[in-house]
Amino acid sequence: MPETTGLHSQAAPATIPARAGVGLKPQHYRDILEGAPDIGFFEVHAENYMGEGGPPHRYLTAIRERYPLSLHGVGLSIGAERPLDRDHLLRLKHLNERYEPGLFSEHLAWSTHDTTYLNDLLPVPYTKETLARVSEHIEEVQETVGRQMLLENPSTYLAFTESTYSEIDFISEVAKRSGCGLLLDVNNVYVSSTNQEWDPVAYVDAFPLQLVKEIHLGGHAPEKDEAGRPLLIDAHDREVDRIVWGLFEHTIASAGAVPTLVEWDANVPDWPTLNAEADLAEAVLARAEPGDMQRAAAG
Amino acid sequence: MLPLAERQRGFAAALLDSEADVPPGLVGPDGVPSARRFAVYRNNVAAGLSESMTITFPAVRRIVGEEFFTAMARAYVLADPPRSPMLLDYGSGFADFIASFPPAATLPYLADVARIENAWKESFHSADAAPLPPAALAKIPPDQLAGMRLQLHPSVRIVTSRYPVLTIWRMNADGGEPAPVDLNAGGEDCLVVRPAADVEVRSVPAGGAAFLRRLGEGASLGDASEAGFAAAADFDLSANLAGLISAGAFCGYTLEGAAAPEKE
Repeated sequence: MPETTGLHSQAAPATIPARAGVGLKPQHYRDILEGAPDIGFFEVHAENYMGEGGPPHRYLTAIRERYPLSLHGVGLSIGAERPLDRDHLLRLKHLNERYEPGLFSEHLAWSTHDTTYLNDLLPVPYTKETLARVSEHIEEVQETVGRQMLLENPSTYLAFTESTYSEIDFISEVAKRSGCGLLLDVNNVYVSSTNQEWDPVAYVDAFPLQLVKEIHLGGHAPEKDEAGRPLLIDAHDREVDRIVWGLFEHTIASAGAVPTLVEWDANVPDWPTLNAEADLAEAVLARAEPGDMQRAAAG
Repeated sequence: MLPLAERQRGFAAALLDSEADVPPGLVGPDGVPSARRFAVYRNNVAAGLSESMTITFPAVRRIVGEEFFTAMARAYVLADPPRSPMLLDYGSGFADFIASFPPAATLPYLADVARIENAWKESFHSADAAPLPPAALAKIPPDQLAGMRLQLHPSVRIVTSRYPVLTIWRMNADGGEPAPVDLNAGGEDCLVVRPAADVEVRSVPAGGAAFLRRLGEGASLGDASEAGFAAAADFDLSANLAGLISAGAFCGYTLEGAAAPEKE
């Protein structure tokens, strides 16, 4: 990987390699700093580092000096009809400037209504109105933060009768209008495909993979709805499912090697267990050709 | 077609009201409305927010037990949901909620334990600053001491209580061992401060909380001492000041007539 130039404050390169990374949890700060594991990158939820000071920033600064970092927002509410929270957007801009992450992403979801923050990634109806709103919001984000944002496909549990686009057509059109990149969460593909009775392989095949600059993997919890149909919950509380690993291999075979993050946010395991999940992803990436983005960066 | 604003208004209202009907037009793969599917979102909101309370208020949880805590936290998050995606700031109203929560009325000190835990979290995330070293005050001419204004360290929080709340909190914090406490033993006031990496919770002697609050409001050392004496006849200015400085409670000062604050 070519190293990004122009970094003054951080020792590690900003660019995220086409390797496996893991979501950074406070439980693992010391394991990482003391054990110096060979991990491609770490990703943090931006909102966890919006305090003014204290240990979270001290640890993140130390880890950023050693590893590339990806910044993942969970609270901007891009899918809301209401205007974006400017204060929150400026906090995201500040974090981008402070930590110089190689990638910056947010969700196709909403989480704030009026003045209430609902703390969940809520689904949006796929309509012309939502398409216009989401595209405007992403343009505002990219203009304010001064860089491209990646938009993550959601995991959904229900559908809206007013939707007029397929999820993939909707996401493709948002990317076209706003110029954003995409984050493909392969577990979300499987969760949504099961819950909506789509074909997950066909979903990946129809997805605009040339715009995908990062992949997410995570665990889900199997439940059932009132009709006894499987209802998968995007819980991030366990290992990546075997079927999702297969779908990931299928994705990488088409997309080439893309930076891939393992997320484990609840029932967080010890460091070796999480590291082993990353190793599984790394093995898949190592067998693949470099993706479009990596070829472009290298050439 | 249902406008997006109207859709989100109905969706949000039904999320926060467990008795509300599921909004129309939310369906499973067969096109049939599904309450169970909507309930996933409803549960995510309440469970996610009450989980954030578990992280901030472990001693309150230990005192009342997991089941009681979860029920109380869920009642709180529905009554006072966050107003910002900055969840680090959420939960500051939990102590007042506990104080007015009838099932917790038999534990009159519980709200003050929550105040310590909320102060601990705020202190943890506060801005970093180098504390004023003990030697700093030795340089100040004695005739300027009464007029000097001390700047509180950004991590300083003060919790006052009619109950021995520091004792109770320590027993129920991580590693603590609960034991019988005489609730009539007198109140305890606490200083919460993070001079460097770790948050510390210290006992504040008589009058010290009033003294520290006045300093935080920008009062001179002389005026703040008067507040200390007014709060407690046995207020000991030099002991309080020495204790606060060794705790790292200050990060700068200004002398009367000086234009800019002194920093160490």
